Amino acid sequence: MSTRDRLLVLLAGVLVLASVAGVAVWRAAQRADRRNQVQAGGPAVHAGTVSLAAAGGPRIVFRSMAWGPHRDELASVPAADPEGPRTASGVSCLRFYAAAGTGICLQAERGPVNDTYRALVLDSRLRTTRRVGLAGIPTRARVSPSGRMAAWTVFVGGDSYAGTDFSTRTSILDTRTGDLQPTLEDYTLTRDGKRLRAADLNYWGVTFADDTHFYATAATGGRTYLIRGDVAARTAVTLRTNVECPSLSPDGTRIAFKKRVPGLSPDAPWRLYVLDLATLRDHPTAETRNVDDQAVWTDDQTLAYSLPGDYGSDLYTVPAAAPGTPRLLTRSALSPSWLD
Amino acid sequence: MYVSESRGSTPAAASRTAARGLPGPGRRSAVASTVLALGAVSLITDVSSEMVTAVLPLYLVSGLGLSPLGFGLLDGVYNGFSALVRLVGGHLADRGGRHKQVAALGYGLSALCKPLLPAVHTLPLIGAVLAADRTGKGLRTAPRDALISLSSPPEARGRAFGVHRAMDTAGALLGPLVAFLILRRAADGYDAVFTVSFCVAAVGVLVLLLFVPSRTTRPSPATGAERPSLRAAVALLGRRELRGLALCAVALGLATVSDSFVYLMLQRRLGVPDRWFALLPLGTAAAFLLLAVPLGRWADRLGRWRVFVGGHVALLLAYALLLSHLRAGVLPYAVLALHGAFYAATDGVLMAAAAGSVPEALRSSGLALVQTGQAGARFCCSIAFGAAWTAFGDRSALAGAAVALLASVALSIRLRPAEAV
Repeated sequence: MSTRDRLLVLLAGVLVLASVAGVAVWRAAQRADRRNQVQAGGPAVHAGTVSLAAAGGPRIVFRSMAWGPHRDELASVPAADPEGPRTASGVSCLRFYAAAGTGICLQAERGPVNDTYRALVLDSRLRTTRRVGLAGIPTRARVSPSGRMAAWTVFVGGDSYAGTDFSTRTSILDTRTGDLQPTLEDYTLTRDGKRLRAADLNYWGVTFADDTHFYATAATGGRTYLIRGDVAARTAVTLRTNVECPSLSPDGTRIAFKKRVPGLSPDAPWRLYVLDLATLRDHPTAETRNVDDQAVWTDDQTLAYSLPGDYGSDLYTVPAAAPGTPRLLTRSALSPSWLD
Repeated sequence: MYVSESRGSTPAAASRTAARGLPGPGRRSAVASTVLALGAVSLITDVSSEMVTAVLPLYLVSGLGLSPLGFGLLDGVYNGFSALVRLVGGHLADRGGRHKQVAALGYGLSALCKPLLPAVHTLPLIGAVLAADRTGKGLRTAPRDALISLSSPPEARGRAFGVHRAMDTAGALLGPLVAFLILRRAADGYDAVFTVSFCVAAVGVLVLLLFVPSRTTRPSPATGAERPSLRAAVALLGRRELRGLALCAVALGLATVSDSFVYLMLQRRLGVPDRWFALLPLGTAAAFLLLAVPLGRWADRLGRWRVFVGGHVALLLAYALLLSHLRAGVLPYAVLALHGAFYAATDGVLMAAAAGSVPEALRSSGLALVQTGQAGARFCCSIAFGAAWTAFGDRSALAGAAVALLASVALSIRLRPAEAV
């Protein structure tokens, strides 16, 4: 083959492949555009004012994933009517949590050459009071019951060929003093009375007991631990193994968490469990599907969590005590907070 | 770039001239067209693979709603397997001089993995597809480097590898940008990213098949004694020069802390803000891109071994900056520049140096041997470094690595295995 022939073959090949690539991008773009159209049979969503203030009536504020112009915005519904019409706020978040008039919103920010992520501290009228740049993709967010402390976890990774190292970074922010602890990896962690140091140490899923004490998951050497941490002393101690994404009950006596149950399929390894802090014994909830979420307590008896759904994810509730049945709360929703 | 360079002489003819080591008119200034073709293949393939790398975490977390933590997509066992694949690829390529075929197999395998990614939805299967992708990478590396060395005159090998590595790195920098543009056009269009990635990889295979000649060496009776066989490949280590080279590469590799640790230390010790963390590898890549060709030329002029060891001195300086108590704003840039210089002075240069100590008939096997030794040593270093971090803390672990590196550099200077090359 002459050089000319080779170039012609290359040109033909490139044209064919470019068409395939172009069609793939075009179809994906069409699909993305469809998500901006209101879905048939989906929840009614209208623009309005969403408040995080106390005494605004029992309500749920969450990320609405329903298709249409308000997709991915914070929305609220009355707690008594979770499938009722949604009021959308105009503030977009990937993950969200709120308590006592303080909200934490983890959102994507479009840049010229890549997307970056940031955490916004929101006041009760959803105005941004603080911005913090994030190192990776947001996954967990929590606010302390008083509304003073905020914590979040992001995934950092994908910098090696074929993206095999994933790590998490968990930060804690004091919204009153503005003091930011960029990573829990700076804490002194103790296991069985001995300081634990490891390069593969990761933390995720903070849940606050009060403005100083919190629980979270720490992982090293292929094991996960429930830890109890102290923000002021910057110390943490391991309590037991195999606890991920803890969520402390409002009365502070129990922790809902996802447990890696032995013998399950490796692609669906977690079940929703509840741990009694006094005895450190756990029991499964009635939810038998794989739960990959940090659950939320709607009250002292009930847990809410997300499962993958047709439009992103759906929210379910289940009693924290062993008997009972899981119930669909609302579709196309993520990251709920129950406010009074 | 390649097209304009290759016009006027067919790649096969050019590389034959080059392989014989004839200086020839104009050969001093032009890099062999085979090298440019292989550079183009690597550039295109790296665009393809880095597109996937850039979106994979987002795809797993946002697209599939999975928590990738704790799964260990590819584990240590796979790393061992990968080393074996590399040796097998080198050996297969030498048998019958099938460098191009084995390289094409490797590139093709990786390309075929791309459309499989959106078809599997669970982490174990995604891990398996990524493993197959990396198997392709393992297969192709040694034959490709052998082709580069065989198609360049010995006195310009450093530059040839420099040009190839610069093109390769340029692709790695472009890939994430392409992926981002697709996601900008089509939100959550991960399947489109994977499809485009496949198309790009297929173009790479096409360029390889069309523009890289399958024979770069003519079988000569002199190489009959070194007929490629497994025994001959192992016997390469009996050669004093190659043994010394491999020994030094392993010793230096044992003190080479993996990239992710370097970036972690950068953040922990120099306080690089979180939002810059994802951009740190780009700093290394940019320095690598800029310095690969100049350092390759230096290697040809000053001696490859000197530049190779010098690259490790740059890494030693980077460790020193990370360990220092200095807190200037330029320090992170300096560390990244030194880290990129380390790659520019070692990655292609080691292959250029090793090529001189391996007969043509066993070139792939020989290069695979050295690469595997180095990669294995770096893997051991990662494990040891992680253990040292657990036992003594990050600073002590890095200090230990610095001492080990200093010792390895001293050893390499003393042994001088390839001073003649």
